[in-house]
Amino acid sequence: MMVAAVFYGLTTFEGSFMAIRSVNSLSHYTDWTVGHVHAGALGWVAMITFGSIYSLVPWLWKRDSMYSAAMVEAHFWFALAGTVVYVFAMWNSGIVQGLMWRTYNDSGTLAYSFIDSLIAMRPYYIARAFGGLLFLIGGCIGAYNVWMTIRTSGTAEKTGDLPVPRPAGLSAQPAE
Amino acid sequence: MSIFGFHYNLERKAIGLVLGIIIVASIGGLVEIAPLFTIHQTVEDAPDMRLYTPLELAGRNIYIREGCYACHSQMIRTLRDEVDRYGPYSLAVESKYDHPMLWGSKRTGPDLARIGEKYSDQWHVAHLNNPRDVVPVSVMPAYNWLSTTELRTDDLSLHLKAQRKVGVPYTDEMIANAELDAYGQSNPDSPQADGVGKRYGKDTHVRAFDGAPGELTEMDALVAYLQVLGHLTDAAAKPIAQAGGGK
Repeated sequence: MMVAAVFYGLTTFEGSFMAIRSVNSLSHYTDWTVGHVHAGALGWVAMITFGSIYSLVPWLWKRDSMYSAAMVEAHFWFALAGTVVYVFAMWNSGIVQGLMWRTYNDSGTLAYSFIDSLIAMRPYYIARAFGGLLFLIGGCIGAYNVWMTIRTSGTAEKTGDLPVPRPAGLSAQPAE
Repeated sequence: MSIFGFHYNLERKAIGLVLGIIIVASIGGLVEIAPLFTIHQTVEDAPDMRLYTPLELAGRNIYIREGCYACHSQMIRTLRDEVDRYGPYSLAVESKYDHPMLWGSKRTGPDLARIGEKYSDQWHVAHLNNPRDVVPVSVMPAYNWLSTTELRTDDLSLHLKAQRKVGVPYTDEMIANAELDAYGQSNPDSPQADGVGKRYGKDTHVRAFDGAPGELTEMDALVAYLQVLGHLTDAAAKPIAQAGGGK
């Protein structure tokens, strides 16, 4: 949740920054915008959601903790690494796109055709897919962990881990 | 009292805090709303602007259905490199009849605001059938079913009517003849073709957009739409011509 708050701050600040005309003239229509919204969607919204799930699920199914703390840790790092790879790829590709579109050569004509900028995007799109894959793996680990937490709490219930009714002096209590 | 001390006290008084928020938020609101009062002076008018024909409107609906706007913008900004690359920058008035507007926000492919008449009909048909045939490294998906899918025309009158509801000045005659006009526009030798020019202006493109005058396909509609983009009015070309630059 701490990291989520950091991403929140970063994304909202970046948003105001990108609204400045000179920055927007470069960033608009490019992958920079895509990177920006994913910093918000993955870094802030998803992270804070995962954090909430990990605190709510044990509480709802009356357990002390998640099925596996190590998996929570793994999910966190996968999600963080995926987000960072994704956002960095999109920042770079966005800036490259924006700069290529506005570059002039010495004779005063545009230096690159649109398709040149598309070819330049290739490595960044591969990095982007890789980042997304990391994030997805993290999500799968998290889903499995939640599933196992709920399932094992169910079996615990059957073996008599229910809250024991207070005896309150009933005769069912064996005599001392 | 320092500013932080003032804020610390303000946070403890609910009414005061709410009033403070309202004051600060309304400053932001005013800054955004006030310029709209002068909109009549800042937005140009284009009395010569013509309407989308039923066929072009059908093509526009296909453009929306296939999600073209996700990768293609239709808004050229007032920046030198964009004007050099795509043509005269977009004017607000050019979107007058766009419901909904399709300005887009991402260019995975190039801007299409002035794509009209830049390439031939054959180029567009070949490109939509398989973009790799004309642009070898393109990442655009192929839309090859458009050539073989018959265009639905029986609902065109209703589309025109809906556009009129939101302010596009289609006449009763246009609405009544929508289906025939769509057929006529893609079939120049048919008796229906004359009506299109009469109703929508003599500059309307009347030709077999997909190369086959006999049948009316979705390809006809989409190419008709693409070929008219940026050419509904000449308003955008004028300021640049006066300045002595541009095309």
